Amino acid sequence: MVPASWYMLLAAVLFVIGTIGALTRRNGISIFLSIELMLNAVNLLLVAYSRQLGDPTGQVIVFFVLAVAAAEAAVGLALFIAIFRHGHTIDVNRMNLMRW
Amino acid sequence: MSPQQIQFLGMIATLLIWVVFMLQVTPIMVWVERRGAALMQDRPGPNRVGPLGLFQSLADAVKFMFKETVVPAGADRPLYALAPLLALIPALSTYTVIPLGPTIEVGGQRLPLTVVPADTGVLLLLALTSLGVYSLIAAGYSSNNKYSLFGSLRASAQMISYELALTLAVVGALLPAGSLRLDAVVAYQQSHHLWNIVPQIIGFVVFLVASFAETNRAPFDLPEAESELVAGYLTEYGGMKFALFFMGEYMAMTALSALGATLYLGGWTVPFVDLFAVGAKIASALGGVPLLGAVAGPVWTGLIAALVLFAKVFLFLLFFVWVRWTFPRYRFDQLLRLGWKVLLPLSILNVLIVAVLILKGVL
Amino acid sequence: MELAVFILFALGALVSSLVVVTHRNPVYATMSLVLTLVCVAALFLMLGAPFIATLQVLIYTGAIVVLFLFVIMLLNIQREEHAAPSSGIQRWAAIFSALVFAGLLLGLFWRAHGGDPAQPALTEEQVSLTTLARLLFTEYMLPFQAIGLLLLAGVVAATSLARRPDGRLTSPDQELAHAPGDAPRAEEAP
Repeated sequence: MVPASWYMLLAAVLFVIGTIGALTRRNGISIFLSIELMLNAVNLLLVAYSRQLGDPTGQVIVFFVLAVAAAEAAVGLALFIAIFRHGHTIDVNRMNLMRW
Repeated sequence: MSPQQIQFLGMIATLLIWVVFMLQVTPIMVWVERRGAALMQDRPGPNRVGPLGLFQSLADAVKFMFKETVVPAGADRPLYALAPLLALIPALSTYTVIPLGPTIEVGGQRLPLTVVPADTGVLLLLALTSLGVYSLIAAGYSSNNKYSLFGSLRASAQMISYELALTLAVVGALLPAGSLRLDAVVAYQQSHHLWNIVPQIIGFVVFLVASFAETNRAPFDLPEAESELVAGYLTEYGGMKFALFFMGEYMAMTALSALGATLYLGGWTVPFVDLFAVGAKIASALGGVPLLGAVAGPVWTGLIAALVLFAKVFLFLLFFVWVRWTFPRYRFDQLLRLGWKVLLPLSILNVLIVAVLILKGVL
Repeated sequence: MELAVFILFALGALVSSLVVVTHRNPVYATMSLVLTLVCVAALFLMLGAPFIATLQVLIYTGAIVVLFLFVIMLLNIQREEHAAPSSGIQRWAAIFSALVFAGLLLGLFWRAHGGDPAQPALTEEQVSLTTLARLLFTEYMLPFQAIGLLLLAGVVAATSLARRPDGRLTSPDQELAHAPGDAPRAEEAP
């Protein structure tokens, strides 16, 4: 039998990997991929807790997180397309128009 | 034999029947396609290899196996090799939720005759079908060829656009049964003696058109047509890899046809015929025969149900061939407009109609 | 047996997530994300959430990641170069903060479970679709409708953001025709 805390540990590790990716990559799309990884880790954590506490509310929340992730991905990628049309780059280090 | 062993054996038998059917459908359909096209174009078609050209598929298979595979220079090798395999994943896994027959009793155990009788049923099938886009994208991207890239972008845009209309049409068919499980849908159609195609003709038409588009079949085959974009995302593929794509396309057609037959044409049921009685009659008629007589009645029921389902699937496939050689191709913007502005509202209308009918107590 | 399956999918998720955050080629990173999502879906299945697992494959891998790949191919995003030296400090700061965060998370877990190795075994239960549906349509009706509105807002926003400045909506191949650069991928010179 695999205890639920192992799943939570895995979720934590995935979240940390996603955080490192989001903080260190220069490519905007790669940052986005890392964010999706973080969202997935949170989903895993929610389902693991839902299983341990025997409450299906966790899975309902995961349902909502999935929908929010979809909307966010759509809008974010549309933003990237608009930015690319303007500056022909996806490198986040070069998007510094509003830096002091 | 223990109960688990009997259940396992039942699942393996169902799986084997499906796998054999899926693998055989490509050679059969190649012959049907070419002879059917010839019939509609008033020419003989393949008639040299074997009687009526029946061994043409065998000759084609041998040709594919012996052809030299040319990998384009600068192609992304891992993705290039992976793409045909990705095409097979949805093809070889979507049939697992479609019921081959009723729940039969063998050795005191009730066998569901579905490889994966999951509660999520048709949702699993839709999820696996949506994975088919990756083979298109990987093929077009890895070929290092601008025609392949354009073709794969168009093909994947087409696939994901029509997935929505397909899903909503399926939802319309699921509403009266009230369950995602396909055996519940079949049971509903059997108990009400009404195939879903009758009240949901709009949904059926949407489903048909969407499955033409999902499988890149004419008149929606712009991404892989020979006169456009060379051959689209398949340009740089030859030999065995092309054969795998080809097989994947036919298997996807078969899977969607099986879904259509189950949702709209009553699946394995024959109207007003009790398959259990037929199975029992066959078992009693063959009682004396040495090997066949040992087969129980319910097993005959299962086999006949499977044959009925396959006959309906074959009807769908014939329709696919018929439509392909009748209509001209859609242009890409016309294609997208049809998917988003015509089929999607029609499928929503279908769901509304079904919901109103259920509320009124008609369905 | 369950342990072996868990180890398989957990390792798969871990390795492919590492590939996602480290690989230079964005297309390979996205394909690894697909593998990660499928492994996580298998873990959902093991945790007794078949509906969520199916939704994960349907929505995440079937739609969201496809969108990612579209944008990558449309914008012709090349392999990422190696970081310039000036961002080395930034890299170390990021890794350090991530490790601190990891320590915090693990500390939280340790406190919550008291470091007790004898965890209660998970029972053989699966949350049925009916339960979830009932919850969604009774107790969580308001968030459900709000999500619908959010998705509508997302659709409108994405469509209006992706328009060309002159107001036209382009199809994928028209977009590519106007993008700079000639070959879809400029790897080594042939």
